[in-house]
Amino acid sequence: MGRITLRNVAKRFGDVAVIPSINLEVEDGEFVVFVGPSGCGKSTLLRLIAGLEDVSGGVIEIDGVNATELPPARRGLAMVFQSYALYPHMSVRKNIAFPLKMAGMEPAEIARKVEAAAAVLNLTGYLDRRPGQLSGGQRQRVAIGRAIVREPAAFLFDEPLSNLDAALRVNMRLEISELHQTLKTTMIYVTHDQVEAMTMADKIVVLNLGRIEQVGSPLDLYRAPANLFVAGFIGSPKMNLIDGPEAARQGAATIGLRPEHIDLSGSAGIWRGTVGIAEHLGSDTFLRVQVEGIGMITVRAGGDTDLRHGDAVWLTPQPGRMHRFDADGKAMA
Amino acid sequence: MARKTTTARKATVTMLAWTIGFIIFFPVLWTILTSFKTEGEAIAAPPSFLFFDWTMENYLTVNERSDYPRHFWNSVVISVGSTLLGVLIAIPAAWSLAFVPGRRTKDVLMWMLSTKMMPAVGVLVPMYLIFRDAGLLDTKTGLVGVLTLINLPIIVWMLYTYFKEIPAEILEAARMDGASLRSEILYVLTPMALPGIASTLLLNIILAWNEAFWTLNLAAAKAAPLTAFIASYSSPEGLFYAKLSAASTMAIAPILILGWFSQKQLVRGLTFGAVK
Repeated sequence: MGRITLRNVAKRFGDVAVIPSINLEVEDGEFVVFVGPSGCGKSTLLRLIAGLEDVSGGVIEIDGVNATELPPARRGLAMVFQSYALYPHMSVRKNIAFPLKMAGMEPAEIARKVEAAAAVLNLTGYLDRRPGQLSGGQRQRVAIGRAIVREPAAFLFDEPLSNLDAALRVNMRLEISELHQTLKTTMIYVTHDQVEAMTMADKIVVLNLGRIEQVGSPLDLYRAPANLFVAGFIGSPKMNLIDGPEAARQGAATIGLRPEHIDLSGSAGIWRGTVGIAEHLGSDTFLRVQVEGIGMITVRAGGDTDLRHGDAVWLTPQPGRMHRFDADGKAMA
Repeated sequence: MARKTTTARKATVTMLAWTIGFIIFFPVLWTILTSFKTEGEAIAAPPSFLFFDWTMENYLTVNERSDYPRHFWNSVVISVGSTLLGVLIAIPAAWSLAFVPGRRTKDVLMWMLSTKMMPAVGVLVPMYLIFRDAGLLDTKTGLVGVLTLINLPIIVWMLYTYFKEIPAEILEAARMDGASLRSEILYVLTPMALPGIASTLLLNIILAWNEAFWTLNLAAAKAAPLTAFIASYSSPEGLFYAKLSAASTMAIAPILILGWFSQKQLVRGLTFGAVK
């Protein structure tokens, strides 16, 4: 079981309220991603759940038990750190065995569990090496191995992939998702990368300045962002946010349009503009179009588009795809 | 960036380094040479450097007249004992200074170091009276205690510096893995800081071995270490340079050998963290 409940959880460092007050429910078996820009408090929130930081107020419950005052070891959670945090003086085997040894398990039982974890993570051939002799991806796997042998109530991941190169990151992303499918254990995953959040999460928690901006499934957040912050943060490339007279015509302070929700034409449309930069990705082309009276708009076009800098184009927002926001940045119905 | 070095420049620098090294080592060398001279040759002017009648006579006399093994054993007990005790106290102290720093941590560190800036003689009388009343005069226990206290600031400082190099995340991982504070220090922190701890041990054994002020003032006979053994040959009734030199050579030989064999470890420890 791994149900985690946060009630009015707050964290202050001196006079600075890093997290003013957060309420959150993480269901058993759920893959929850905390996402937000750096300094939004997502890592702090994870460390509060882990018990590595003390809360300044509020209650943390794990499986219905008040864990607010429990030391990290007694919360039944396992954590994977950004820097892997392996013990450099121990072999891979001893690293993975460490939590079991701390739990006072029988050596034979420890050996069996370590072998099993190593087999799951393709580490069997590396058990007698030191962390210093492994690659980044292998080290991350050892860190995950150290977490899974404990059979924790929930896994906490603190930006585990940010030290890996791009290709490896995609692989490890899949491996972690597969691990979640296999173990069906609650996972809380912190990242600043919205692609990781979108691809891995059952539920995304968008954080900004220590507050929850929105909680929902990846597609909920994509389709119906609750405010300007979420609208700008979820989705790649970013949603086009337009204010001024064009927004006023729609009865809003700001309107938002995703690059993929704008139709492109060479001859007719609502807005006329000039192509500034064309980014050809092969599968898609992203055009940065300078529109008269509005500004720069990003548009997604097909991969075979041969539009170039200086070409004139017409843009038309797809009906029903426009997001409207009021003066406070909140989404309007 | 590679710097251009001419052969002449290299030769000059090498010569200079050897000269400085020789000047620093010369008193020790002279002591060793003098220990093989007769008393007459030891005070001869001009002194002879290598061409004299080499003799072992001084060593025989010194061994007959005083109990070298006992002094040696006292030195070992006092220096090793005070260092081990100091490290045991300093590891938790350095742990808290390095990993749970408060607003006053830097001040605490400075204050500890400042105790080393005071002349020891300033507290000789109170220390002597405390030792006398506690029955610690001329005991190894007393000397171990006082040398532990004297070297503790240096031990804490050194360990603090080494501990600061260890990423806090690794200790947090240990905490997540269910390690108690004791296990965290025993299984994670100490093994990781082992090179640093080793050089701290070595340096402090050397410092304690060479410590003369307190050992001479607080011990005279039973607990007297090698410092007292040397001092007993510089009596005011008449100087015996050759015998004094023989005693000195015997006293510094063990620590010189220890230093020689551990120099790699010492240098590595002392520059630990300076280069990544």
